[in-house]
Amino acid sequence: MIEGIGVFDVLVVSTAMFFIGIYGFLVRKNLITILMSVELVLNAVVINFVIFNKYLYPEMLQGYMFGLFAIGIAAAEAAVAIAIILNVFRRMKGIDVEHVDTMKY
Amino acid sequence: MEKIIFYLIAAVIIVFSVLTVTSKKILRAAVYLLFVLIATAGLYFMLNYNFLAAVQLTVYSGGIVVLIVFAVLLTAHMESDLEPVGRMKSLFAGLLSIAGAGVTLFAMYSFPFKEVESSTGAYDIKAIGLKLLSYGDYGYILPFEVISVLLLAAMIAAIIIAKKSVSND
Amino acid sequence: MHTELFSNTIWILVVLFFAFVIVGLFGNRLKPMLSGAISTAAILFAAVISYTTAYFYFFEQGMIDGKYAMLIPFEHEWLRFADTLIINMGIMIDPISVMMLVVVTTVSSMVHIYSFGYMKGEKGFERYYAFLSLFSFSMLGLVMSTNLFQMYIFWELVGVSSYLLIGFYYQKPSAVAASKKAFIVTRFADLGFLIGILLLSYYTRTFDFATLLGPDSTAISSMTGLSFMGISTITWVMVLIFMGGAGKSAMFPLHIWLPDAMEGPTPVSALIHAATMVVAGVFLVARLFGIYIGAPDALAVIAFIGAFTSLFAAIIAVTQNDIKRVLAFSTISQIGYMMLALGVSGYGGEEGLGFMASMFHLFTHAMFKALLFLGAGAVIHAVHSNYMSEMGSLRKYLPITHITFLIAALAISGIPPFAGFFSKDEILVAAWANNQLYFWTEWFVAGLTAFYMFRLYFSVFCGENRNYEKKPHEAPVSMLIALVYLAIASAVVGFIPFSQLVTSDGIPFDIHFHWNIALPSIGIALVGIGIAAWMYLKPGTAADKMAASMPGLYKLSLNKFYIDEVWLWITHKIIFKGISTPIAWFDKHVVDGSMNGIAWVTQRVSEKSKGLQSGQLQQYGYAMVLGAVAFVLLLLYWGAR
Repeated sequence: MIEGIGVFDVLVVSTAMFFIGIYGFLVRKNLITILMSVELVLNAVVINFVIFNKYLYPEMLQGYMFGLFAIGIAAAEAAVAIAIILNVFRRMKGIDVEHVDTMKY
Repeated sequence: MEKIIFYLIAAVIIVFSVLTVTSKKILRAAVYLLFVLIATAGLYFMLNYNFLAAVQLTVYSGGIVVLIVFAVLLTAHMESDLEPVGRMKSLFAGLLSIAGAGVTLFAMYSFPFKEVESSTGAYDIKAIGLKLLSYGDYGYILPFEVISVLLLAAMIAAIIIAKKSVSND
Repeated sequence: MHTELFSNTIWILVVLFFAFVIVGLFGNRLKPMLSGAISTAAILFAAVISYTTAYFYFFEQGMIDGKYAMLIPFEHEWLRFADTLIINMGIMIDPISVMMLVVVTTVSSMVHIYSFGYMKGEKGFERYYAFLSLFSFSMLGLVMSTNLFQMYIFWELVGVSSYLLIGFYYQKPSAVAASKKAFIVTRFADLGFLIGILLLSYYTRTFDFATLLGPDSTAISSMTGLSFMGISTITWVMVLIFMGGAGKSAMFPLHIWLPDAMEGPTPVSALIHAATMVVAGVFLVARLFGIYIGAPDALAVIAFIGAFTSLFAAIIAVTQNDIKRVLAFSTISQIGYMMLALGVSGYGGEEGLGFMASMFHLFTHAMFKALLFLGAGAVIHAVHSNYMSEMGSLRKYLPITHITFLIAALAISGIPPFAGFFSKDEILVAAWANNQLYFWTEWFVAGLTAFYMFRLYFSVFCGENRNYEKKPHEAPVSMLIALVYLAIASAVVGFIPFSQLVTSDGIPFDIHFHWNIALPSIGIALVGIGIAAWMYLKPGTAADKMAASMPGLYKLSLNKFYIDEVWLWITHKIIFKGISTPIAWFDKHVVDGSMNGIAWVTQRVSEKSKGLQSGQLQQYGYAMVLGAVAFVLLLLYWGAR
């Protein structure tokens, strides 16, 4: 733990990053920028896990392990997402998220 | 002293994440993201979670951001600006985010966290490795195997999806 | 022990029904003569059974304790709605039903035989005979019904057969229109009939005739004292039932279908619209006479309508130029006589003279009216035209037809010793005993009857030589057989002692000959014949001069008093415009409109809400986050309370 910093302070940081990532997800037009926002969100989640582990349960390593796994999963998901984006780009010659709307009524 | 560093890192994280989501040039957004991830790794270092910080640097910033940059190179027109977002959309999204943040912060503020003092040092890799592969209590062998399957699946999926189709394209 | 003997009567219905089915289904595969033969054999078989039943009933076995009993040889429970409401199917033998059996089978057999000659070579010969069998089946079922409901079923069946037979020449639009008119008018009358039946069965809890007319019947007692809108219930019920009879028997103002029904083939007119179906209304009143006695107001209505109709139709018959129309209006007039006789009748013994006279007249009228129609058919067959203006001096070419027609004309005019004299005389006696106005009206109508009938006779058969392009030939043998048989019947049946056989309460009584009634009636008939001879025996302008002297009355009479136009106006202006159009508007705009409205609303709502599934990723994401935040808020504040 860090001296002088409580849980809440770090949680503020991670919450801010989380909701900025959500804002970016809802606002951006380019698919890749949306992916970047999603990475921000995932990153905030990992910070949360780690902080809770460090501050509340220092002997256990559950949060730590979960953080590891989360990072791994984020990487896998980013890879698949990029593959999809490439495919979309091939079909539509552009990666505007508003054009990817065939799954509708 | 550590407090100041923490506040510095926190500032970096927040400022650069805001810049990521509002930047008009896509490559700059990728770079800002990189900075955010590196700052997070710094945070982990401060907590003495060295292995995790190393993984963060390697996988997240070294792997994912590079991947993103490749995707940007392959698809977008780097020189042209990204289109500006609509006013209403950003207004509503901003409102929602602020509302959500407010609710979450309020919930966290009013919860009495029981902090535990501890001064264990850095965990050594050996302990982590043993924990990962043990199948006794608190062993993580199962998630370990599962995530390896997941990574395999993701790899195959990524290859297949991104493959050029057989018919003319 | 009595009833087993009469259980053979069920075969009448069975054989005729099978004749209908076989000729109807397989007629187009059989040779026409064969289908005609099957039908005729069936009706002759029925006639034989009817005659034997009549003989056994009237002269051997029917009389029980001095009274002709109502026997039920066959009854089968058909529908059981509740323990108190059961509908049976059965056969009833009683004086009027046996009499009707004889009448219907006789006339029907003659028509079947006659049609061999008349309809020879017609397309649809088999269909004709099938429908004739259906009609005979229905009519005989009607007269032998044991309860009101069964009678109603056969009533409608008779209506259907009539519709089918009037519209036999279905390619002629006038025939199609006439058959529709007949069916609709009688159906409209049957509405009253049905309401009457339902009311009657509601109060008396039964449909059975045996129960309704029996000695301990509750029919009258259950409705005493009840009244509706100032008229007693029993009067309402019996008048409504009479409405059904009035439709079928072409009483004013529901008589409009009968003249148009002449569009059918002439043997059909003879069978259905002269002798049998049109008397179904009279039969109905006679059948329920035991209840009508308890509703004297209803009988007064019947008497009035009968008398009015007979006068009204006789006036119209005087000016018509089509043979069949004259005979049709004559039929309406004579049925008016029968209804009047029932209306003025009392119950039991001498009081019931009107009832007996009505039934007697029904019997004799069937014989000579059928003969008149069949004779007219022979004339039409020879000359190929219906109009009297194109006929004349046919006695030279059609001798047998001439003689039989003359016998029938004398019979209907009431000249002794032919049948019509006796029956009409009894009606006049009954009318005299009840209400002198009716007597004088009917006396005058008797004169008119003689007049128009002999107008017809002289125009068709007498007169100077008329040149025909094609020499008219006498009718073929099959037609002549029927004519001769009916002529003999018209001459002879007047002598049947009807009062010993068919009476209002089943007990025979003696009648006396009233010379003070008989002589004036013969007198007015001779006067009528004389005037007709003066006007029509020699060609001259007497007729035209008389028509010119009363132009208004002549025009009214020629146009049948415009009653058809009145009905058409009522239908178009009131029913179509007043009732049907608003209902149709309501159905189209409100009922359909609300359905369409529901569909329209659904469509609009779905159009608007499909925007929720736009495929836009960020919209979905927004919704998810919004929902999550909302849930959290909910948990925080609701859980906190």
